[in-house]
Amino acid sequence: MKLDDKLYLVRFNTDIQNHIKIKDSEVCLKCQDKPCTRICPAHVYDWDEEENRISVGYEGCLECGTCRIGCPSGNIAWQYPRGGFGVSWKNG
Amino acid sequence: MENFDVIVVGGGPAGLSAAISAARAGMKTVVIERGDYPGTKNVMGGVLYSRATEAVIPEFWKEAPLERPVIEQRYGLLTGNEIITAAYRDPLWAEPPYNAHTVLRVKFDGWLAKKAEQAGVMIIPETVVEDLLYKGDLVVGVRTGRAEGDLGAKVVILAEGANNFVAHKAGLAQDLQPDTVAVAVKEIIALPQEKIEDRFCLEPGQGATIELFGDSTDSMLGTAFIYTNQDSLSIGVGVILKQMIDKKWTPNDLLENLKAKPYVKRLLQGGETKEYLAHLLPEGGYKAMPKLYRQGVLVAGDTAMLVNGLNREGSNLAMTSGLIAGQVAAEAIKSGDISAHGMSVYETRLRDSFVVKDLYKYRNINHFFEKNPHFFKVYPEIVSNAARTFFSANETPKSEGFKQIGKMMFERRSKGAMFSDIFGAWRALK
Repeated sequence: MKLDDKLYLVRFNTDIQNHIKIKDSEVCLKCQDKPCTRICPAHVYDWDEEENRISVGYEGCLECGTCRIGCPSGNIAWQYPRGGFGVSWKNG
Repeated sequence: MENFDVIVVGGGPAGLSAAISAARAGMKTVVIERGDYPGTKNVMGGVLYSRATEAVIPEFWKEAPLERPVIEQRYGLLTGNEIITAAYRDPLWAEPPYNAHTVLRVKFDGWLAKKAEQAGVMIIPETVVEDLLYKGDLVVGVRTGRAEGDLGAKVVILAEGANNFVAHKAGLAQDLQPDTVAVAVKEIIALPQEKIEDRFCLEPGQGATIELFGDSTDSMLGTAFIYTNQDSLSIGVGVILKQMIDKKWTPNDLLENLKAKPYVKRLLQGGETKEYLAHLLPEGGYKAMPKLYRQGVLVAGDTAMLVNGLNREGSNLAMTSGLIAGQVAAEAIKSGDISAHGMSVYETRLRDSFVVKDLYKYRNINHFFEKNPHFFKVYPEIVSNAARTFFSANETPKSEGFKQIGKMMFERRSKGAMFSDIFGAWRALK
């Protein structure tokens, strides 16, 4: 089963405010491994070849917090979405 | 600013247990939860342990939304498509007082929150706590994300989950590291009750758990699990983040890899995925525990790193720590001593309980396995290989078969290395 199809099953109350920020996009340019593009269970992070930066699809964030700890440069400012927004599990 | 005796940050098993015990001791207590209601942000495997739950809600099984009582715990070692399993089963575990149940956290935590409300606890949902509120050096409440959202308290109990934002800002917790957390993903796969009971050899209503090691995680430090719910299975995989990064896996690919294993595939066959979930597990153990208290503050559950990965226990450590935190908060408030000294009783009681004793017992084990990755690779292969030789009827005399097994074992791992592995494991668990 494809990840996109799985994420389609998740219930979100999407905030218009982005709760994830790349602190300094220059840091990503120098980052060889870019583990954020792999370790996020929802594939929120993607390397944008054209724009030469990490694109962040915060709307699909499952709120585990893995990215914040896995970024080798501590370059991801990840917070919880505002109260009441974000993922809302059906089963948990 | 509204004032409370006790503010609990987070409506999970630790926070709700803390709130219930504080409220029962007469404290004006509030739980601040970021989801729409406690449960909707919460994830675990999930096994709920009866003794710890009973201590919070006596005879909870009469009314709690539980999935199935666990009567069998199976362990499996995967090598490629081969598997070796061992299981313990006791039908008595299907009856009160039980040992453990499978649960789905949205339902269970929602129910526990209702019990908290019945005990007099106020629940403020859809609210993120951003920091503690200070008056000079003294903690006097919390600051929330709401406008004019400051709330006053004599004691704040931090049960905010693995992502320890508030505890970290307060200087109690250190930065989480890739080797002190595991990333886990899980699917809920719907399956008719009779199919579950047939596939797991269960009487109606009974449940089983399976933990799989070895190739289930591509030999990384972690486990895969399959738990039976009433009409679904929970299947997931959790691995220490550092190893996931180093081996360049993505969590979802690892889960799909597991689902494709012949042994696993057959259990899931015909099921329909209903939900895909992700969660962070604090796996740093004893050595990565934060400071558990300061003046006016106690730390419980995942925020306090109270997870015993080896026995896949966490919800029980959370509830027991929460229960004790609520009691200590109430006693301290009543005696008028919420200083660091007054709060330190919490740590003393946790250390006297199984919670910290178990973490202390296993304090070296994660590091030992990180340094000895062959435990998840070479040994499963050796055991599978030995079993295949032992069970093969191929006209080789058994005496020859045993010789082959011995030779194969020591080719894969020398006698000296095996000796030091056994000694090392013994020392790590001493």
